[in-house]
Amino acid sequence: MAKYLLLKHYRGGPAPLTDTPMDRWAPEEVSAHIQYMDDFAARLEGTGEYVDGQALAPEGTFVRYDGEGRPPVTDGPFAETKDLIAGWMVIDVDSYDRALELASELSAAPGPAGKPLHEWLELRPFLTMPPAVTE
Amino acid sequence: MDEALLRSLTPAVIAVLCRRGLDFAAAEDAVQEGLVEAVRLWPDDPPRDPKGWLVAVAWRKYLDVARAEAARSRREVRVELEPPPGPAVAVDDTLGLYFLCAHPSLTPASAVALTLRALGGLTTRQIAQAYLVPEATMAQRISRAKRTVARVRLDQPGDVATVLRVLYLVFNEGYTGDVDLAAEAIRLTRQLAGLVDHPEVAGLLALMLLHHARRPARTRPDGGIVPLADQDRSAWDTALIAEGVAVLQRALARDHLGEYQAQAAVAALHADAPTAAETNWVQIVEWYDELVRLTGSPVARLNRAVAVGEADGGRAGLAALAGLDPALPRYTAVAAYLHERSGETATAARLNAEAARLAHDAAERDHLTRQAARLNAALRG
Repeated sequence: MAKYLLLKHYRGGPAPLTDTPMDRWAPEEVSAHIQYMDDFAARLEGTGEYVDGQALAPEGTFVRYDGEGRPPVTDGPFAETKDLIAGWMVIDVDSYDRALELASELSAAPGPAGKPLHEWLELRPFLTMPPAVTE
Repeated sequence: MDEALLRSLTPAVIAVLCRRGLDFAAAEDAVQEGLVEAVRLWPDDPPRDPKGWLVAVAWRKYLDVARAEAARSRREVRVELEPPPGPAVAVDDTLGLYFLCAHPSLTPASAVALTLRALGGLTTRQIAQAYLVPEATMAQRISRAKRTVARVRLDQPGDVATVLRVLYLVFNEGYTGDVDLAAEAIRLTRQLAGLVDHPEVAGLLALMLLHHARRPARTRPDGGIVPLADQDRSAWDTALIAEGVAVLQRALARDHLGEYQAQAAVAALHADAPTAAETNWVQIVEWYDELVRLTGSPVARLNRAVAVGEADGGRAGLAALAGLDPALPRYTAVAAYLHERSGETATAARLNAEAARLAHDAAERDHLTRQAARLNAALRG
């Protein structure tokens, strides 16, 4: 099993196919989208592939040590657009292919008119110790 | 196996051991060991005097540890035999434990953890689960808290306001893990109300009972928020409401008003309304006036603005909002609501969307997003 981090970016990635903000959707479209995400997480819990997931507040800051005193805080070192990570989910799956499959499924959460939203997700494997015994 | 009974005995047993001269941390450890034994042995062999049994076993556990330590350090230490059981535990011992666990030298998070452990008798694992942190993290937090209060003497009178603040923090955590922290906070506040005769203790108990009574109607099965006006009032627990109102009335009769009594009075007026439309908003505004006078809290002013909006219309509510810091939590959501009541749908939609971005939890964010979506849909016609 290998753990992967699914990161949901709202900005900073390639241009999305649908960029109508959620508050412009019909209320039932909002509900359907949220329901899809909940069902997805519940199903992965059932298969034993869900580890954890959280929504994140939109505003983040970059901090680094800069000598004594209060550390400098910036909006982020991005030249063009400030990135925005809306949330994350950690999955524990058998293979990279399964991770891709699940990420693709999550990206297909319904948007306006119930059509897949095609959201960009970043898929990052966890670094793990190499197994001590190989078969 | 009556787990609630076991947990309710915990503070009294800790108090007995402290009176026998143990420091708080040693007493608390010994009682936890005793609880483990009780869980193992009681199902087959329930004791006739559960508290006496726990005191005896916890004391023996302490002696075991003391002897082992003595042996390790190769010093000859004669440990005194178990003294005869003392008189029935005075209520003041347990009260002292409340003050200790809410001691001002502790951070709020540590005070909450220590209260749940020493007074609630919860295991470190249960507390960790309730706060969604690893067990090792919570164990460290509790150890640090015990070290912090190690030198505090149990016989010093404390400030009941700090105890109430900690219990209210526990209550507001609600239900996240296996343990219902709101119910636990009510149990501890009930116990405290039995130990100390103080109108604000009764006020907090009433406030918790009234909020707890309405909890089943407040969320949908999927965790979504149901606004007060849309709640199914038949799902409210009428017995808890009746108890909360009775506790509150006795407290108010003492004529020593405090913030918890004032908040409980607002909750009682909501609980008392057969329908949302029949809510007595005028009286609610008056209680918020009291609350603002007592606390000067901006959050109380914000809630007051909502009540004014209901009593006198959106415009009056917006006027009541003027002068408050827009950075206050939920300010934007309140402004959105009051603009909607004033008929300014477009502004309300925009503010709801903004409030959703500022929301502190996912359920609130989803709720506000739906509000914005609903208003935008209405604007499109």
